[in-house]
Amino acid sequence: MTGPALSSTATLRETMGSYYRSLGDADTAPVAWCSSVGPAELLRALGYRVFFPENHAAMLGAARTANRVMPIAHAQGYSQDICSYLTSDIGAYLAGETPLKAYGLTSVPRADVLVFNTNQCRDVRDWFEWYGRQWDVPVIGVRSPRSIDTVTDDDVEGVARQIEALVPTLEAVSGARLDGARLAQVVAISRECSHLWGACLGTAAARPAPFTFFDGTIQMGPAVVLRGMEEACAYYRSLLAELEERVRTRVAAVRGESLRLYWDGMPLWGRLRALATNFAEFGTAVVASTYCNSWIFPDLDADDPIRSMARASLNLFIARSEEPKEQYIERMVRQFDVDGIVFHDCRTCPNNSNTRYAMPQRLSKRLGIPSLVLDGDVNDLRCYSDEQGRTNIEGFVEQLADTRASRRGA
Amino acid sequence: MTLMRYYAGIDSGSWTTKAVIIDADGGVLGTAVKRSGADLAVAARQAYDAALARADVPAGDIVAVWSTGFGRHNVEFANGSRTELDCHGRGVAHYVRGPVTVVDIGGQDAKVIRLDAGGQRVAHRMNRKCAAGTGSFLDEIALRLGVETGALDGLAAESAETLELSSFCTVFAGTELLTLIRSGKRPADLAMAAYRSLVKRVQAMEVFHGAMVATGGVVAHHPRVVSLLREATGGEVVVPPHPQEMGAFGASLAARDGAVAVGDALDAHGNGDGREASAATGVGSRQDVG
Repeated sequence: MTGPALSSTATLRETMGSYYRSLGDADTAPVAWCSSVGPAELLRALGYRVFFPENHAAMLGAARTANRVMPIAHAQGYSQDICSYLTSDIGAYLAGETPLKAYGLTSVPRADVLVFNTNQCRDVRDWFEWYGRQWDVPVIGVRSPRSIDTVTDDDVEGVARQIEALVPTLEAVSGARLDGARLAQVVAISRECSHLWGACLGTAAARPAPFTFFDGTIQMGPAVVLRGMEEACAYYRSLLAELEERVRTRVAAVRGESLRLYWDGMPLWGRLRALATNFAEFGTAVVASTYCNSWIFPDLDADDPIRSMARASLNLFIARSEEPKEQYIERMVRQFDVDGIVFHDCRTCPNNSNTRYAMPQRLSKRLGIPSLVLDGDVNDLRCYSDEQGRTNIEGFVEQLADTRASRRGA
Repeated sequence: MTLMRYYAGIDSGSWTTKAVIIDADGGVLGTAVKRSGADLAVAARQAYDAALARADVPAGDIVAVWSTGFGRHNVEFANGSRTELDCHGRGVAHYVRGPVTVVDIGGQDAKVIRLDAGGQRVAHRMNRKCAAGTGSFLDEIALRLGVETGALDGLAAESAETLELSSFCTVFAGTELLTLIRSGKRPADLAMAAYRSLVKRVQAMEVFHGAMVATGGVVAHHPRVVSLLREATGGEVVVPPHPQEMGAFGASLAARDGAVAVGDALDAHGNGDGREASAATGVGSRQDVG
């Protein structure tokens, strides 16, 4: 069973609601769309209101609107095999639907410029270009190297130059000049937010864990959409205080926590609650994930804003090759002391599915812990079988429990 | 007079519901297979009653009933449940010494389960959300060829030409089949191609370690699958007794051993003492997690 709800969630709702409502304000700052790990700090320093369509797509998935609207995008020629965030979002736009209506918006905010970073995938660029054509506005971005073994100074320089090259267009669209001091300030706030979010996630190393991956996917909202804003830092200070108090008083996110797991890959937004309940009813806490940790950017440095932004985007898990990814998961497995790893093979997100080049097999051997591969999708629920998912999870927990029992009996 | 102790397992599968009655030594006394249909609870009761009748054991002598299969939580008279992954492994481990790879091919899913030398399950893999590599694939092929699924194996015995059929997707395989029919290929060769396709799909699920054991309804009713698995892997493929009822057999062993269902396992560590209940009366604490 899941434990008590976090009381900070009420503040989270206010913080996120205030952000969404600000996107609908008329006659205020220009709007920039930004991919989730794009150069948000630069956009904020130039005074843009920043909209993150991946966050919007996740809302469509969580509200289970996605499956209703995706076919509209498929009919436009966007395959059901490509990113279901993209097809959900474009489909919703064409259907005139958005969860932002709850915050007074009638549609997603119209972009004045769209800014991508391909460090995560090509789909963000294709996605933004659709809107760029729709609204006849500039689509600019960073074409990042991927599958990086070691991030070199040359890699950083290359991306830093690309970020700098965005500035003239961004200045022209916003009508503002980039102020170096302001950028440094935004990067400092972003770094602080990243640090606080990392500290929140780190509390789940405690036994019992005060919150889980499933809580984290909701709690990460400010780290995603309010990066570079003081509001995000304020929220995570209060969340951290609550989590530390839970650790001190041993309040468990999963009652009777016995098994601990690591999650790699995207969430299944439309099945978040069902999966959280599923694991919890087996006394199993999913205590850490690659996904929630992907919004921690320790490289950000106010003394060298653009180069540090470049380094942060290159050091990100999703941009790395198999070996550094495996080393990363190994560190997480040790830090959070987990019994097994769940890999989500996300049908329409190959770049965030680490199952397709035998990583689960290699890691199980390397770490001596079993892994489970769940076939599913971030938004397209046609790719997920509830029954099979449940049996897979229950069977995996049975296996881990039996192994533990036989070790204790030996 | 010694009081006999009997146990039952029910496997509520997607196509069929299987029931097995065992004695305390794991000896199978009676089995039954019924179509699952739309009412899983009724199918479970019918299969259970039929197995009891075949075993000639009164319901009152059953100490515990455990369920498995996708409908395991619908078997209202069960005292506990385990997943089919557990029960197939448990059943096979009763007959074959590990390490073992169990290949279970059912109506709507295929599973590969790895057991270590001690019979402990160490890994599993289920098919994707797709009918290729399962009994549904053979049903579709039989339909296209205009024969009963049960006649497919006999038809394949007359095959003389090796043909290839997609192992990727049941729908595409169906259209491929139509193309081959139009080009005059013989039904016997097409039936054999369907079996090869299914085996290829299963083979791609996992690397096989140790002895291979095949179970499931497809294995029970399509011996061609076993011979092709042997051919494909170049090794021995063991088919244990009652391959279709292996899940139910495993569940009956779980009932006998008092295997603790997942929700309780983490505290209780397999101590089944005091957990038995009378299946006939349904008295006793249900230990599953649904």
